[in-house]
Amino acid sequence: MKKWQCVVCGLIYDEAEGWPEDGIEPGTKWEDVPEDWVCPDCGVGKEDFEMIEIG
Amino acid sequence: MTTEAPIVIVGTGLSGYSLAREIRKQDKDIPIVMVTADDGFSYSKPMLSTGFTKGKEADELAQATSEAMIEQLNLDLRTYTTVTGIDTEAHELVTGEERIRYSKLVLAWGADVIRLSIEGDGQDRVFSINDLMDYRAFREALAGKKRVAIMGAGLIGCEFANDLRNGDYEVDVIAPSDTLMPGLLPRPAAEAVKSALIDLGVGFHLETVVDRIDREGDGVTLALANGETLQADLVISAVGLRPRTDLAKASGLEVNRGIMVNRALETSAPDVYALGDCAEVDGHVMLYVLPLMACSRALAKTLVSERTEVAYGTMPVMIKTPCCPTSVCPPPSDAEGEWELEQDGNNVKALYKAADGTILGFAVTGSYAVEKQALSKEVPPIHD
Repeated sequence: MKKWQCVVCGLIYDEAEGWPEDGIEPGTKWEDVPEDWVCPDCGVGKEDFEMIEIG
Repeated sequence: MTTEAPIVIVGTGLSGYSLAREIRKQDKDIPIVMVTADDGFSYSKPMLSTGFTKGKEADELAQATSEAMIEQLNLDLRTYTTVTGIDTEAHELVTGEERIRYSKLVLAWGADVIRLSIEGDGQDRVFSINDLMDYRAFREALAGKKRVAIMGAGLIGCEFANDLRNGDYEVDVIAPSDTLMPGLLPRPAAEAVKSALIDLGVGFHLETVVDRIDREGDGVTLALANGETLQADLVISAVGLRPRTDLAKASGLEVNRGIMVNRALETSAPDVYALGDCAEVDGHVMLYVLPLMACSRALAKTLVSERTEVAYGTMPVMIKTPCCPTSVCPPPSDAEGEWELEQDGNNVKALYKAADGTILGFAVTGSYAVEKQALSKEVPPIHD
């Protein structure tokens, strides 16, 4: 499981947690997140997220 | 001669750093000089109104120091450097004594806050929050304080009102309009946000303005035009932003509301470009994140490989009032249609529809806010 960070606002998408509020189940890999999902904080698209290594 | 000179970007806000990041995705080595009047920290300006909600101090909202950015993006970064002129003939940027030659120059220096001139001796308690350094100063001044008065009921004023309540501060909002975010939200949506903010404990003083701000003890007294007086420890001035155009104009660039650029982000001077809050792109002045991200991608291509025009899609705006989540996509100013409303308490879904049923704009609040993505797909893009 990896974590991805929005380069615009710093929001982190954790594959282990998914994003249940938007119907994205825990364990959903980044590549399986729908293309039209947008950052819940700032509204930018998937293309503005980058993979980050956290601890 | 000029082909050896670097790409020079003025401004290290979201626009400047997004552009540098996009350039580096395509070209790791092309020389980039960045010039900023501040400390060069990378941060997201929209996040400045979320500090208390997220439980973060000013510097925790920053994503990277200038040193980290220099390394990450392979930059020549000049901090605390103020631009004093642009010599478009010589292809030189003037920063006081120094002249920096450019092959391409990008103006990404943002917008200025509008400051009202108000009578009284309490001016040093009035804060405008336009960048991370402003926010740092505000948070330092706020330590140990309780009451904040906010002038302005626009997006920023409302977001700060919600955030400061989440930090348990007493908040009063003063504004001349009779509702919140006029010009951005249709009235029923604005009323929903207002009612949610009132439930949260925000005091509103609308249809009036602040006449005087006078020192009183450690704080200030605000005298309003309607005869009310308010006590506060600090005042936030959030009465609007204006694209920075003065220096561009003085350098001979065409300016209107912003620095005028076409869809390739070209100003009226050769090899000079503009994007972000200082730019008027093909007639659009949109001081939001989505437009500048679209511009930075197009401009990076133009600068590194081939001339590319930006195509604006639908540009919804998120309003960060967690007590009543709100998203709005204002209809174009020349659109013809009518608002159609669904409402259940503070949950509002307002669709601006043309006669043929096409959705030209929307505003969704509360539980309807989750529909923003689906609705954005229905609204025709700004550029076809």
